[in-house]
Amino acid sequence: MEERHVKSKAHAAIAGTLAGCALLAAFPPGVTAQSSAVDEIAKYRQQLQDGNPADLWEARGEDLWKQKRGPKNVSLEACDLGKGAGVVKGAYAELPKHFADADRVMDLETRLVHCMVTQQGFSQADATRRPFGAGSNRSDIEALTAWVTAESKGVVMNVALNHGKEKEAYRLGEKMFYFRGGPHDFACATCHGETGKRIRLQDLPNLTEKAGAQLAYTTWPAYRVSQGELRTFQWRLNDCFRQQRFPELKFTSEASIALTTFLARNANGAAFNAPAIKR
Amino acid sequence: MADPMRIRAVAKDGSVNVKVLMSHEMETGQRKDSAGAIVPAHFIQSVTAVHSGKTVLAAQWGPAVSKNPFLEFNFKGGQKGEKIQITWTDNKGDKRTDEAAIN
Repeated sequence: MEERHVKSKAHAAIAGTLAGCALLAAFPPGVTAQSSAVDEIAKYRQQLQDGNPADLWEARGEDLWKQKRGPKNVSLEACDLGKGAGVVKGAYAELPKHFADADRVMDLETRLVHCMVTQQGFSQADATRRPFGAGSNRSDIEALTAWVTAESKGVVMNVALNHGKEKEAYRLGEKMFYFRGGPHDFACATCHGETGKRIRLQDLPNLTEKAGAQLAYTTWPAYRVSQGELRTFQWRLNDCFRQQRFPELKFTSEASIALTTFLARNANGAAFNAPAIKR
Repeated sequence: MADPMRIRAVAKDGSVNVKVLMSHEMETGQRKDSAGAIVPAHFIQSVTAVHSGKTVLAAQWGPAVSKNPFLEFNFKGGQKGEKIQITWTDNKGDKRTDEAAIN
C-alpha cells in the first residue's frame, strides 16, 4: 500500500514536469516573457521622465554649491572641477582626471571633498561623513553630485587618459573589474561580462561592450523609485560590492577612483544623460 | 522645514499647463521600522493652486500618493507672466507655499 502510494506521487511529479516542458517548448525559453517585461519597464521610465524627483536633489545641490559654508565661510564657486575654477558645465563628462594641485587622479566625489576641505575648511572626516543619504539623513555630496552631473547633460563623454597616473588608474580599474574574489568567487565581469544576464527581471548591462558600458555609465546618478532616493554612480559601485560580498569600497579611495576611471573611459563617445530615473 | 517645490507653468493655446514636483516623505503609517514600531503616518492632505486670487485646483490627498509626488494639471485663463501659487498642507500641519511665473 505504502509503496503504491509513493509511486503514484512520483508519477504525478513526472507528469507535472512534462507539462512544464511542453509550456517551455511553446515559448522559446524566457524570450517572450522577458522582452515584454523589459518593454514595460522602459514604458514606465518614459512615463516618469517628466516629473523626475532627481530635480529636487539638483536644486539642493545648486544651493549647496553657491552657499557660503564651512569654517572658512566660502562657497564652492571657486572649486576647479577640471575645466577651470567654478566651471561646472560639461565638467563631469571629463572626469575622473589627474589634478596637478593634488597630484592625484580624482573622480567627482573625491574632487568635491577636496574642495570642501581645502577651500571651505571642513575636516576630511566631516566632508566624507555621509556619502549616501537615507531618508531624513541627507547627503550633501549626493546633492552636489546630482547638480554637477546635471550640468553635463547632453555633453559627450570624453575621459582623456593623457596623464600617466590616469592610465595607471584605468589599468588598475580594469584589473579590479576582472578580479575574482570574495566568498562567491565573483568578479564584476561575472555579471557584467556577458549579454543577456539579469538579476530577477532587471537586465544587467554588458560592460565589456561599448553600447552596454555607455548606457550604464551615462544613466547614473538616477532617482530610484523603489527606494525614493537619488543614487549616484558611486552608490552603484558600492552596492555591487555588497552584492558580491566584497569588502566595502572605501569612499574616495584609490580603488574606487580606479574602477570609476575604467568604467567612465569605456563610456567615451556617448552623450551623458543623467540624472535619470530608474525603477 | 520642507524643501521648495519645483514648479513649471507654460501657457499654450489659452490654457496653462502646470507641473509640480513636491519634496515630501509621504509615509503611509503602515510601515514598521527596524525595531518593529510603526512609522507614523506623514503625508500631504490638501493641495491648492491659486491663480490671481482664484483657486484653480483644490485636491484632497491621502497616504496612497507616492513619495516626492509629481502633479500635472491644466487650467484656463492664465496669461504669460502671471503667477501661479501652489500650497500643500500635511497631516502634521506642516505647510509650504511656492510661487512660479507662467512662461
